[in-house]
Amino acid sequence: MSAFFCGVDIGASATKVVLVDGDGNALARVVRPSGVDYAATASNCLKLAMQDAGLVDQPAFTVSTGYGRENVDFAGETRTEIHCHGLGCFHLVGRAVTVIDIGGQDNKVIHLGDDGRRLEFKMNRKCAAGTGAFIEEVALRLGLQVGELDALAGAADRTVKLGSFCTVFSKTEILSHLRNGEPVEGIVRGAFESVVERIVEMDPLDGLVAATGGVVAHNPTIVEIIKARIGREVIVPEAPQFTGALGAALTARSLASN
Amino acid sequence: MGDKPASAIKKIEATGLMRKLMGAYFQEIDQAARTGDRKIAWCTSVGPAELLRSFGFLVYFPENHGAVLGSSRLAQELIPAANARGYSPDICSYLTSDVGSYIKQQTPLIQAFGMAGIPKADVLVYNTNQCRDVQDWFAFYQREWNVPLIGIDTQRGLGDITRDHLDGLIAQHKALIPTLEEVSGRTFDLDRLKEVVASSYRCTLLWKKVLHLAAHVPSPITFFDSTIHMGPAVVLRGTPEAEQYYAVLIAELEQRIADGVAAVDGERHRYYWEGMPVWGKLRDHAEMFASEGACVTASTYCNSWIFEPLGCDDPFEGMARSYTELFIVRSEDFKEQYLKTMFKTYGIDGMIYHDAKTCPNNSNCRYGMPQRLNRETGVPYVTINGDLNDLRLYSEEQARTQFEALGEQLREGA
Repeated sequence: MSAFFCGVDIGASATKVVLVDGDGNALARVVRPSGVDYAATASNCLKLAMQDAGLVDQPAFTVSTGYGRENVDFAGETRTEIHCHGLGCFHLVGRAVTVIDIGGQDNKVIHLGDDGRRLEFKMNRKCAAGTGAFIEEVALRLGLQVGELDALAGAADRTVKLGSFCTVFSKTEILSHLRNGEPVEGIVRGAFESVVERIVEMDPLDGLVAATGGVVAHNPTIVEIIKARIGREVIVPEAPQFTGALGAALTARSLASN
Repeated sequence: MGDKPASAIKKIEATGLMRKLMGAYFQEIDQAARTGDRKIAWCTSVGPAELLRSFGFLVYFPENHGAVLGSSRLAQELIPAANARGYSPDICSYLTSDVGSYIKQQTPLIQAFGMAGIPKADVLVYNTNQCRDVQDWFAFYQREWNVPLIGIDTQRGLGDITRDHLDGLIAQHKALIPTLEEVSGRTFDLDRLKEVVASSYRCTLLWKKVLHLAAHVPSPITFFDSTIHMGPAVVLRGTPEAEQYYAVLIAELEQRIADGVAAVDGERHRYYWEGMPVWGKLRDHAEMFASEGACVTASTYCNSWIFEPLGCDDPFEGMARSYTELFIVRSEDFKEQYLKTMFKTYGIDGMIYHDAKTCPNNSNCRYGMPQRLNRETGVPYVTINGDLNDLRLYSEEQARTQFEALGEQLREGA
């Protein structure tokens, strides 16, 4: 078996591992909840990914990214999630693109040029409004599983708007809407639109726009809302939850060859 | 990932002398507070310190104390005490730290310099050129101690500074004199004021030279060093000790340049820091940038204690101009031009804006400045959310990711 390369993205909610071959093709992808022991989760994800791909030898090189990037003891280098999401997305899209990544704890808007070089980036303010954490809180308040939200938002015939920036205040607003007999579907739709508003106000979304991240992967309705909001097509690269891990794996490949 | 590497911060030898000077400064004030042998004036950091010294006051700067509380992270225990007294967590965290320190009778000054506590003022003198909060800050102590509260109200957002502005400020400075005469028991002495202003001017020139040495590539000093070594320029300006200190510091930095010694080994990138330091993270930030080969070479903050107009013949004109030609008082257009000049002077590769939650006047990223400057200069930037003293408002992970991502971006573009 020829050499392969590993990317580990330890996010606030989930850990993703991608293995790529020398041509940058994905050999395996694994995602698991990050839990509390990041090092163990990363090792377990690598083991599962190698099993999936039928690999026995260890990766030639590993790069880690995400909040837990310093906790991966088998990683030779670390890179920020800004770098990795940009690189992973450009690898799949192949042209100038504005990447929106909606993660569990933070959002990013990354502008890439024709050659994939990063031109500019923004992260959300430290508040978790508009991130995956916000959606999890909304599900909790409504007594729903996170996995149920997308279908509800898609089925809503109208939006119950949430006006607050703040996740905690939004939950209070939801209580008020429930008290007034507003439909749950409309409230979920309102929460999704709130997520999109937080993204749109971060930075201008110019040129080709691509959406990545776990929230996008599990909630395609959010992508539809972004499209409607900016009045343009939004592409979703293959396996959007793994874009950061893919970028890390591609960085590992590049570092190993230098 | 290996063991934690050794510190990448290079110690400046003059630090020992500076600590000695600062110690002597605080002990002199403490002696006066204990015995009443000399009068103490509290003064805002860019207030009329020269005028106060001309009356023989020992001058105490509570903003300096705020920075001490932030650096020691004691602020975290003190701010809630002020919040509980009705001082909002959204207002200046120097104020809330300091008022909390007074309420709880806790200050690092006790352990560090053997002081009895915060020295009681005989008079409180502010200049609102920093913000309106300083006035309310001092008003707290006026109520506590029943001492005079006097000050200067400076207009804000100024583009060109006109004769009318200056005349108004000169009049306000002169209007302080009767109260200062009464509290000090001394008659105003114009010659003495001229001497103090002249000393302060010499100090300013020396401090300016310290900061300008950072224009050398590689820089012999970082922003993080400068935030510490600006102490004498803030609290001892107008005294011979401050002048003597900066002569020593300059000699050391010039020797570094002569010997090819950089403050950050292998300096790869040169950054500008816009906004307040995150005092409780100063060392962490210094370590992090140094370990990445990045030198934060310049800042608005440290350059805000350069008062060149003090060199003019009339000391009142000099003080009025010095304390209102400041960056913090000026319009967005002025600030933009200033920053562009600084980028060129210091060869800046990247810009860091600190959006300090409780210090809007020192957070110059709120009216489109980062985007405008980036468009005009091409210098990439990041904006971190945080605060000068209240670490509850600071997200370590997000700041670190942004700092690292800026370095990655510069390396990718190289």
